Amino acid sequence: MPHFTKPAAGTWTEAFELPTEPVSYEDSISPDFYELERDAVFRRTWLNVGRVEQLPKNGSYFTRELDAARTSVVLVRDMKGEIQAFHNMCRHRGNKLVWNDFPQHETSGTCRQFTCKYHGWRYGLEGELTFVQQESEFFNLDKGDYGLVPVGVDVWEGFIFVNFDPEAPPLRQYMGRLGAGIEGYPFHKMTQVHKYRAEIGSNWKLFIDAFMEFYHAPVLHAKQATEEESRKLQGYGYEALAYDVDGPHAMVSSWGGMAPPKDESMVKPIERVLRSGLFGVWDAPDIGELPDGLNPARHPAWGEDSFLFFPNFMLLVWKPNWYLTYHYWPTSYNTHIFEGTLYFVPPENAYERLQQELAAVTFKEYGLQDGNTLEATQTMLESRAVTQFPLCDQEVMLRHLHTVTRRYVDDYQQHQPGTPVSVIAAS
Amino acid sequence: MATLPAAFAELEPFADWALPSEHDRYAKRIASTMHQLQTFYDAVFPRLEDSVDYLRQVALDGISDEDRSLLWLFSSLVTVSFPVEVWSQPRVPDSGASALDVVVEPVP
Ligand code: FES
Ligand SMILES: [Fe+2]
Repeated sequence: MPHFTKPAAGTWTEAFELPTEPVSYEDSISPDFYELERDAVFRRTWLNVGRVEQLPKNGSYFTRELDAARTSVVLVRDMKGEIQAFHNMCRHRGNKLVWNDFPQHETSGTCRQFTCKYHGWRYGLEGELTFVQQESEFFNLDKGDYGLVPVGVDVWEGFIFVNFDPEAPPLRQYMGRLGAGIEGYPFHKMTQVHKYRAEIGSNWKLFIDAFMEFYHAPVLHAKQATEEESRKLQGYGYEALAYDVDGPHAMVSSWGGMAPPKDESMVKPIERVLRSGLFGVWDAPDIGELPDGLNPARHPAWGEDSFLFFPNFMLLVWKPNWYLTYHYWPTSYNTHIFEGTLYFVPPENAYERLQQELAAVTFKEYGLQDGNTLEATQTMLESRAVTQFPLCDQEVMLRHLHTVTRRYVDDYQQHQPGTPVSVIAAS
Repeated sequence: MATLPAAFAELEPFADWALPSEHDRYAKRIASTMHQLQTFYDAVFPRLEDSVDYLRQVALDGISDEDRSLLWLFSSLVTVSFPVEVWSQPRVPDSGASALDVVVEPVP
């Protein structure tokens, strides 16, 4: 018996015209499929690499290692205040341009120009080559021909995205109806950042799967609640308030009565004293009206909305007026780097700071459980002892993600004339 | 070594928990026995409970060194509350070798 209304089609899965058959996870255990994904998905979609607050002034920069897209990029705010993105590569002999101590580590800072560590070529912040060591030794070198290679870059609601496809649609168009629905949310006011990072031994999609369904929450995270509360939650199970899909993107809207809870004896002592927990700080800061795209079911018990902007950017907006982002950066077919970042309105006093600390630490305790489960799942999937898996209607977002990914890969293969081998032969 | 505000002098024996990074607070928790965590919790939790009004009037802007130490001490209590109130062990159960490391955090 559903507690919340399902769409007219009867199920969410059928409403989004997705198949209801058991699914294969070959797309998460095949090294060949991953190689295709790198080009078909990660070099053809808008990837969120950060926020504008990370480039506070002219000359601020940061680098991102985008292994899945086969490159490293440098993002910089130029002297005119515009955000630029370049392949992080020197035009002389290909050295990685911006790094500190360890070339594989991301870095950030402020500068007036980029200087290559190898032979000292220098580039302005708009990418122009400004200095060549012993320039007269070169043969008809026109510095105008050797600027840094630009990468498509655009900003949506303060989130900076890059795209390696010169034919990509504009970012705002790409974000679609789900993006438009949350435009105007005061992301810019939530500048207090707690960011966590983990190396996860699973395919990137498996961790998104874990965060796109809450069917697991009453079971896997049972011990996080008091015993009585936990029993109640398991008996109730989990149903979302609503799901939505637009193009490659998707969202799930959830209830959440925990901030503040109806009965304070149901929460842990530290939560009672700090008035905070997994759902955030119970005393929400005033941020005014919420945009229409949040709580689409207009349900009074609404607690949180999770958006997945394809391929790897999740945005979670919580009722107590804070938000969380997840990013999943593949490093191989069965490993990825996970980033979870919490954003709050800056606290004014020590009590508010502790309230936010509790929300952040609670997120970490849950995340540790989720991450470990995944490594075990990946190993078993790779055994191929079982190859077809039934997904329920509360797992519709997973089904959508895997379907969309396979569609991108199919589409790429169809439009790819010849194999990479013939490309090399022709050039 | 951290010095706490005078009203919290009895917590001085736990001042080594006044660590400014979540990374270090978590590492200290993992390296402690349940007995040590319980002792810390039993001493510090009641002081958090009776200091809510005090903490509310400690502005982060221009916070004193003593109040800053107190903030880090209570932050450790947040970290320690999980093993004591929920897990009955220092590590998160079923978390195996997985690690979630803080890479950006506010100071204070
Ligand atoms: S590779 Fe950069 S200056 Fe030579
Ligand atoms: Fe979870």
